Amino acid sequence: MKSEENISQFLNNETVIEISHLKKSFNGNEVLKDISMVVKKSENVVVLGMSGIGKSVLIKCIVRLINPDEGSLKVFGKEVTLMNSNELNELRTKVGFIFQGNALYDSMTIRENLEFPLRRNKNITDPHDIEELIVDALENVGLLDTIDKMPSELSGGMKKRIGLARTLILKPEIILYDEPTTGLDPITSREISNLIVEIQTKYKASSIIITHDLNCAKITSNRMMILQDGIFIAEGTFDELKNSDDKWVSSYFKID
Amino acid sequence: MKLNILKIFRKKVKTISNENKLTINDFPWLSNFLLELGGLSRFTIRFFKELFQKPYEHKEFLKQAYSIGLSTLPLIGITAFIMGLVLTLQSKPVLEGFGAESWLPGMVSVSIVREIGPVITALICAGKIGSGIGAELGSMRVTEQIDAMDVSGTNPMKYLVVTRVLATTFMIPILVFYADIISFYGSFVAVNLNDFISLPLFVNLAFDPLHYYDLIPATIKTFFFGFAIGMVGCYKGYYAENGTEGVGKAANSAVVISSLVIFIIDLIAVQLAELFNFFN
Repeated sequence: MKSEENISQFLNNETVIEISHLKKSFNGNEVLKDISMVVKKSENVVVLGMSGIGKSVLIKCIVRLINPDEGSLKVFGKEVTLMNSNELNELRTKVGFIFQGNALYDSMTIRENLEFPLRRNKNITDPHDIEELIVDALENVGLLDTIDKMPSELSGGMKKRIGLARTLILKPEIILYDEPTTGLDPITSREISNLIVEIQTKYKASSIIITHDLNCAKITSNRMMILQDGIFIAEGTFDELKNSDDKWVSSYFKID
Repeated sequence: MKLNILKIFRKKVKTISNENKLTINDFPWLSNFLLELGGLSRFTIRFFKELFQKPYEHKEFLKQAYSIGLSTLPLIGITAFIMGLVLTLQSKPVLEGFGAESWLPGMVSVSIVREIGPVITALICAGKIGSGIGAELGSMRVTEQIDAMDVSGTNPMKYLVVTRVLATTFMIPILVFYADIISFYGSFVAVNLNDFISLPLFVNLAFDPLHYYDLIPATIKTFFFGFAIGMVGCYKGYYAENGTEGVGKAANSAVVISSLVIFIIDLIAVQLAELFNFFN
């Protein structure tokens, strides 16, 4: 699906995320040793790597849920590590985050889950406008009939879609996906992966997608990066990495 | 046995002094206690910083106050009634021995208003509300709901913590007042089990020995009890980790620590009240 031509179209675009020499340790354990990467506008970058290698830490650093130890981290040209809380809140309205476990608010209905970020960030008070945006977001993920349900009444795949809808309602320019297909069956995983591509096409949003799922990576990626021992060891399209001569890189694509 | 422990202790002290490396890490319980105290203090300072900054979360505060008050009302009502009843039944034979039965309502009312009402109510609330807050925020933390709130541009400290701490601070005094009234009624019922006393006379005898220096310190300390319950519950829940096990630990330690803090506040309040009484 993705090719050299696809990638070249992003090279001329503006850079939305620029990370250089990022480091992060936890209790002396160096998780991110020297991370540098660039994400262009409307580009989907997939980060592949083993469990516990620091993929989620990387995207959490981008929205400062975790503070990096060293290095530079620019989003829309502004240094995130130097932002005060107001600047950070403003940035966070432009960067959507899809959590691994969906992180839907248990005590709220689906309507309230979607309404919550809307009322707080977009200063929309007219109930009709709010309702319209909620309905639109739910229609985009094909789950309008769940509007008055509680998150506990939904399946894993439905929760993922609602998580996407909650992020999309703020119309973010960047979306960070933390393992969007984990724990889902192959059919639902494919649906979610296709939805990620639809979102990219429709909203022109840039994305970093953290995943172990090769199918998801194949469907969604314009470019892939492999994280190993705190650094990126390879970068390229899905096919380039799959056919790589490097044994570490090719091992990720090996099917017994 | 004692001698052996003493020998081991001396040997340990000697080794430590010889190596001259006595650090805080040699006393893990002390280091944990200090870390916990430091964390709670920082959390309290952050609470006061957020408290005076806009936007104010009125709706969430009212929702929490309503939920805290309403959910605890039946439990406190039943406990307070039994408390008044038992206190009266237990005190009656002692006062009868001195021929001072008429002092019973007064003695019970002073005990309830000054000490038993606030402390027992606060302990019940620490168990019910403190653990509830600890578990709720803990669960939100481990399922990344607090992070989700953070990245969607909502300050979770303000939305979740400030509202809950304010709700407990203002609701516990109301609940204590309610518990005191129900306890009086329990006491009235207990007196009337064997003897007869009219309600107006009982009220007169109960309120006669009460002074403003009984009421004011007892009321003020309930605000501190409420603040402590909310703050400790929120602190333990907000920083919960290690999945569902962490949620259980957060709820449990919220109850244990806030109960301990309630007794410490009570001790300080009693000393201050005595001082206040002395000047009068």
